[in-house]
Amino acid sequence: MSAPLIEMRGITKSFGAVKANEAVDLSVAPGEILGLLGENGAGKTTLMNVLFGAYAPDAGEIMVEGKPVSIHNSADALAAGIGMVHQHFHLAPRLTVLENLLIGIPGRSGRIDRAGGLARLTEISRQYGLSLDPNLPVSALSVGEQQRLEIIKALFRGAKLLILDEPTAVLAPSEVDGLFAALRSMAAQGLGIIFISHKLNEVRALTHRCVVLRHGKVAGLVDHPAQTTSAEMAKLMCGHEIVPPVREASTPGASVLTLDGISTSGHAGTPLRDVSLFVRAGEILGIAGVSGNGQRALADVISGMLPPKTGAMTIAGKIVAQFSPRELQALGLGRIPEDRMTTGLVTNLPLADSMVLPRIGTEAFSRKGLLNPTAIRAFAEEQIKAYDIRCPGPMVRAGALSGGNLQKALLARELAFDPKVLIVSQPTRGLDIGAARFIHEKFLAMRARGCGIIVIGEDLEELLMLSDRIAVMYEGRIAGTLPSADATIARLGLMMTGAGHTEEAA
Amino acid sequence: MFRLEARTSTPAWFNLALPLIAIAVTLVLCSGLIAVAGAGVIEAYGVMLSASLGDSYAITETLVRAAPMIFTGLAVAIAFRAKFWNIGAEGQLLAGAVASCFVGAIPMPGYLAMLLMALVGAAAGALVALVPATLRVKFKVDDVVSSLLLNSVIYYALMALIEGPWKDTFSGYPISPPIEDSANFPVLIEGTRLHLGVFVALIAAPLCWFLIARTTLGFRIRVTGENPEAARYGGINVQRVLISTALLSGALAGLAGVGEVGGVHFQVMSDISPGYGYSGIVVAMLARLNPLGVVPAALFLAAVMTGAEAMSRATGVPAFLSDVIQGTALLSMLVALLFTAYRIRRVGAQT
Repeated sequence: MSAPLIEMRGITKSFGAVKANEAVDLSVAPGEILGLLGENGAGKTTLMNVLFGAYAPDAGEIMVEGKPVSIHNSADALAAGIGMVHQHFHLAPRLTVLENLLIGIPGRSGRIDRAGGLARLTEISRQYGLSLDPNLPVSALSVGEQQRLEIIKALFRGAKLLILDEPTAVLAPSEVDGLFAALRSMAAQGLGIIFISHKLNEVRALTHRCVVLRHGKVAGLVDHPAQTTSAEMAKLMCGHEIVPPVREASTPGASVLTLDGISTSGHAGTPLRDVSLFVRAGEILGIAGVSGNGQRALADVISGMLPPKTGAMTIAGKIVAQFSPRELQALGLGRIPEDRMTTGLVTNLPLADSMVLPRIGTEAFSRKGLLNPTAIRAFAEEQIKAYDIRCPGPMVRAGALSGGNLQKALLARELAFDPKVLIVSQPTRGLDIGAARFIHEKFLAMRARGCGIIVIGEDLEELLMLSDRIAVMYEGRIAGTLPSADATIARLGLMMTGAGHTEEAA
Repeated sequence: MFRLEARTSTPAWFNLALPLIAIAVTLVLCSGLIAVAGAGVIEAYGVMLSASLGDSYAITETLVRAAPMIFTGLAVAIAFRAKFWNIGAEGQLLAGAVASCFVGAIPMPGYLAMLLMALVGAAAGALVALVPATLRVKFKVDDVVSSLLLNSVIYYALMALIEGPWKDTFSGYPISPPIEDSANFPVLIEGTRLHLGVFVALIAAPLCWFLIARTTLGFRIRVTGENPEAARYGGINVQRVLISTALLSGALAGLAGVGEVGGVHFQVMSDISPGYGYSGIVVAMLARLNPLGVVPAALFLAAVMTGAEAMSRATGVPAFLSDVIQGTALLSMLVALLFTAYRIRRVGAQT
C-alpha cells in the first residue's frame, strides 16, 4: 500500500475544559473513501476544522504525503491539496458557475483568465463526470448542482483530498446516487475522500473504511463497512445498543386537523395548489416529497405563518378564522419548525426565553404585562430535566446548545401544553441516532395519547417507521396518500417524481 | 501571526470591563491631539477631571449635562434592542423641546404646566419616531436613513419657526418666547442648576430597565430584536412591537428636549441641543444597550463636555476635543464589542 495521502497523528484540541478531540489518529490513502462517523458533539467537525486550518490543534501533527505540514488557514489547506465541501455552501449567487470557480484565482497581469478556467472546468467535468453549464448564475442552480459546483471548486484548486461534511443531508434520493457515482469515480482516479455522515446505510454503501469518534476519541475502526451492520456501527457510535421504537397498532379517532382545498400564493417556495388532507387523533401522517415541492408552504399554512389564498382549515372541529401563530396555538396546535436556529429559537437569549416564547402572554408566565421570572425559570428547569436537555442551565445562551438538545427544547415547549395536533418539519435533520430515537419515541408517545401528528420529512425510512399514512407532495399538490403498510421506498420514490398517482382507498 | 477565533462563551466580567477599556483606549488615543495642541496631557486631563467632578458644583453641572443624554441614551438603547435603528433622537429631542415650550408658554398653574409639558413633549418625540417606524413596517424603508434625515427636517422646521412666526418679539433674536416662570422646573439644590428633570432622568433609567427585563413588552422587544422570524413564529406581532418601541423611544428622546426647555434654557433656540441626540448613540453603545449602564455612560460624556470647556480655557486646547473623545469612544467601543464574539489567538509559533 502506498504512503497515506494525509495522516493526522495524536490530534488534541480543547475548548475550555471540554476536550473536543483527544489523541485522534486518522489517515486516508490515495483512492480511499474514508467514512468519519460519530454522534453530534463527538468531535468530527472539530477534527475536520483542524485539518482545514480553522482551528490550531493543541497537540498532534498533520502529514501530507509523508511530509509534516502546518495549516493555519484555508489557503494553507488548499495549498496542501485539501479541499472541503461544507454543509452550507460558500458561493456568490449572482455570479456564474465559471466566475465562482475563478474567485481568488490570480489571473495574468490583473485580468481574469476565463479561457483557461473554462478549459480546466471542461477537463474536470470530463474526468469525473461532473457536468455544469459554466455560464449559468449560481442562483439558477438546484441545491444538488450547487454542491457539485463546490466539489468542482475544490478540484479546480487542485485538491487531492476532499472532505464532505454531511453532503447528502440536502439532497433528494436520486441526487444522492449521482453524488456517489461521482465520488467513486474520483476515488478510482486516486483522490482521497473523507465522507462525514449520520446515515449509516449511506456510509456502508459508499466508504472503504470508517473511523468512529465518540467523546472526542477514536472509538473504533470499521474495516469493511459493507459487511458491517448498521446496528454494529451505531453501537460503536453511541457506546450501547440502539433499539428502534415500535409503532403499536391503534385505531385512530376523529379528524383533528383538516385542510380543504388550500391554495397559496406569494410564497418564496412552491405554492400549494388545492391541497386537501386530514389527520386523525392518535395518528401520524407523514408528508413525503423531494424538497421544494410545497412542503414549506404546507408547514407555513398549518403553523399560521402563511394565510392561504383559498380553502379552509379546521382544528378539532373548529374552523380557523384567522391565520396567525397565536390563533392556531390557542386552538391546540403544536408546532416544531424546520429550521430550529432561525425560526424556532432566539440563539442570543437565554434558553428559558426561547422555551416560553410562544406562551409568554399567558397566565403561566406573566400577569398584566409583567413577567413572572420564577415561573419561567421553573418551567425551563422542569423541561430540561424531563427531556434530559444537556445544558448548564436555563439561563445559558440557547445558541450554545447542540442541535439535538435544541430540538428537545422545542419539543418540550410544545408538548408541555398537550397539543391536539402537532406539525413538525424535518424533525431529526442533523440529529444523531440517540437524539433522533428520543424524538421518535416522544412522537409515538404523543400518538398513543391521542395527538394527531403531521411529520414533513425527506427521510423515507423515518417516515415509514413513524407514519400510519403517508401523503406524497409533488409540485404543490398531494400526489397521493398511502397507508404505510402499502408503502415502499420504491413506490413512494415513484410518486415523488410525479409518476403513478394513487388515491387513498380507505 | 495573530488571528481572530470565534468564542464559545463570553466571560461575565467582560460586560463591565469593555466600556472601561474602550474609555481608557480613547483617552490614550486623544492624548496625542492634546500634545499636538501644545499642552501637557496629564495637566489637560487633570483640568477636565477637576472641572467636571472636582467639587459639588462641578458635579451638579455634569449631572445637568448628563440628563438629556440619559434620556436620548435610553431612547437609543431601547430602540436598538428591537433593532429599530433610531438615529433620529436629535430630531425627536427638538420636537419635544418645541412642543413643551409651546405648552409652557401658556399661563396655567405650575405643576399642571410641567406635567403637560412632559406629556406633550414626549408625545411630540413619539410622533416623530413614528414616521421612520411606519415607513419601515409598511414600505420596508431603511430606518437608519429615514430617521437620520428626519433630524434635518425637524431642525430646519424649528429654525423656520424661531426665525419667523415664533420669533421672540421682545428681544428680536431668533429665539422662541420664554415659558412662564411658574413652568420653570424647580431647582433641587439652591445655587446650582440641578433641576427636577435630572431627577426624573435618573429615575427613568431603572424604569426602562424594568420595562426591558421584567415586562412582556420588554420580552417581545428583546426577542423581536434578536430574531424577528422566531418572534413571528412564536406568535409575536413583530410590526406592532416595532411601532411600540418607536413610540417609546421617541417619547424618551422627546423628554430630553422637555428637560432642556423646562430646566435649563426656558425657551427654544437653534443651539438648544449640542447633538445630545447623536451622543445618545454613543451613550447607548457604551452602556451595551443596558438601561442601567446608560447613567454612567451619560455621566462620562457629560464630564468630558463640561471638562473640555474648562480645559480649553486653562490650556488652550480647543474644546472640540470633547467631540473627538466622543467619536473615538464610540469607535473604541465598537471595536471592543468585537471581542465579546471573538478572541485573538497567536498562531504560527508552534510546529
